[in-house]
Amino acid sequence: MNYVFEFGQVFAAWDELLAGALRTLWLSAASMAIGLVVAIAGALGKTSGPRWLRWVIDAYIELIRNTPFLIQIFMVFFGLPAIGIRLEADQAALLALVINVGAYGIEIIRAGIESIQKGQIEAGKALGLHPLQIFRHIVLKPALQAIYPSLTSQFILLMLNSSVCSAIAASELTAAANDIQARNFRSFEVYFVVTGMYFVLSLMFWGIFAWVERTFLRQPATR
Amino acid sequence: MRSLGPNEIWFILLAVRWTLLLSIAAFAGGTVGGLLIALMRTSRFKGLRWAAIAYIKLFQGTPLLMQLFLAFFVPGIFGFNVDPWGAAALGLSLHASAFLGEIWRGCIEVVPKGQWEASSALGLRYWNQMRHIVVPQAFRIAIPPTVGFLVQLIKATSLASIIGFVELTRAAQVINNAVFQPFTIFGLVALTYFIVCWPLSLYSRRMEQKLALATR
Repeated sequence: MNYVFEFGQVFAAWDELLAGALRTLWLSAASMAIGLVVAIAGALGKTSGPRWLRWVIDAYIELIRNTPFLIQIFMVFFGLPAIGIRLEADQAALLALVINVGAYGIEIIRAGIESIQKGQIEAGKALGLHPLQIFRHIVLKPALQAIYPSLTSQFILLMLNSSVCSAIAASELTAAANDIQARNFRSFEVYFVVTGMYFVLSLMFWGIFAWVERTFLRQPATR
Repeated sequence: MRSLGPNEIWFILLAVRWTLLLSIAAFAGGTVGGLLIALMRTSRFKGLRWAAIAYIKLFQGTPLLMQLFLAFFVPGIFGFNVDPWGAAALGLSLHASAFLGEIWRGCIEVVPKGQWEASSALGLRYWNQMRHIVVPQAFRIAIPPTVGFLVQLIKATSLASIIGFVELTRAAQVINNAVFQPFTIFGLVALTYFIVCWPLSLYSRRMEQKLALATR
């Protein structure tokens, strides 16, 4: 092994890497927030919408879950202009991520809605609880507790998946890595460091999510 | 400029064989690695368990794209030159090992403790317990999530296009660069992936429901 490691050239570009990491954070947080809205709307439509709407939502879910994200982002970035919708790379990345995570989120939220048994709500009414109290203590909290693990791991998957957005040169961490290694040809060093950065981001999210669960979602529900 | 004719479409559709071949290679590699990880993860020895946990965390906490890049560049450091096919097969196998290992660990742990105790009371040692008592029971539960992950893996092979392996996605890009009809071409490719993945997804869900009914 006579390879000479040169990490210096990677760390010299620390500002680019940091900016990339922040962009990745922003991109994944924004698509998670908007994706959550899509997922809640989709789950409501699927559980209580008319038949045609349920059919449309099902088709959307199956289509997204059975095709690669890379193709979805190509469709949004290269395909949509053919029908007159032209997006910047960053906008296309955000839209593709939202479309993608929405499809996974719907099933998660729906499971949460269905985990609440009718008898629980009736029991709350019988105890004379206010509808808002019922929603908060009997519906919302247990539903959140039920879906929290899958929802948070979906978020971390989304964050990792956002690296694929570099394929259309959206500005995020992997694209920053591509730029740096195109300049100095230290491919291994750059990708090694960036992989480490992604891992730190994951650890951070695992930590935060576990803390939130311990503090706010502990069983039995505390007041 | 070339136009999108039958030859071009045929070129894209034929590339699906590389997608399938890569999926099979990665699944085979992932099965071997995943079994090892699952056994380590459920082992009595703390060191083995920790090594397996570290491996799983590392691969579940970093993007697959980075794993593929590193699979492409790391062998070069040790003086081995890998082509995109080798790097993709290696990277996806290591990736699949972590995920399958974690899935199968869960299936092994679902087998009740009494089964282990009963079989050791019968004088069976670890390997025979695994082979005759635990694995046959864990296998049934493992089918739905394993097929579900296979769908993920097939979709994941599309990332091999980024390190230059010509499979379905890369073939589509090559043709698209020549004829520039992205909507038609990527639509066609999406449909091809869908035709491969959807039946597997349906099968996985059906088996899951059947299992849920059986264990209720």
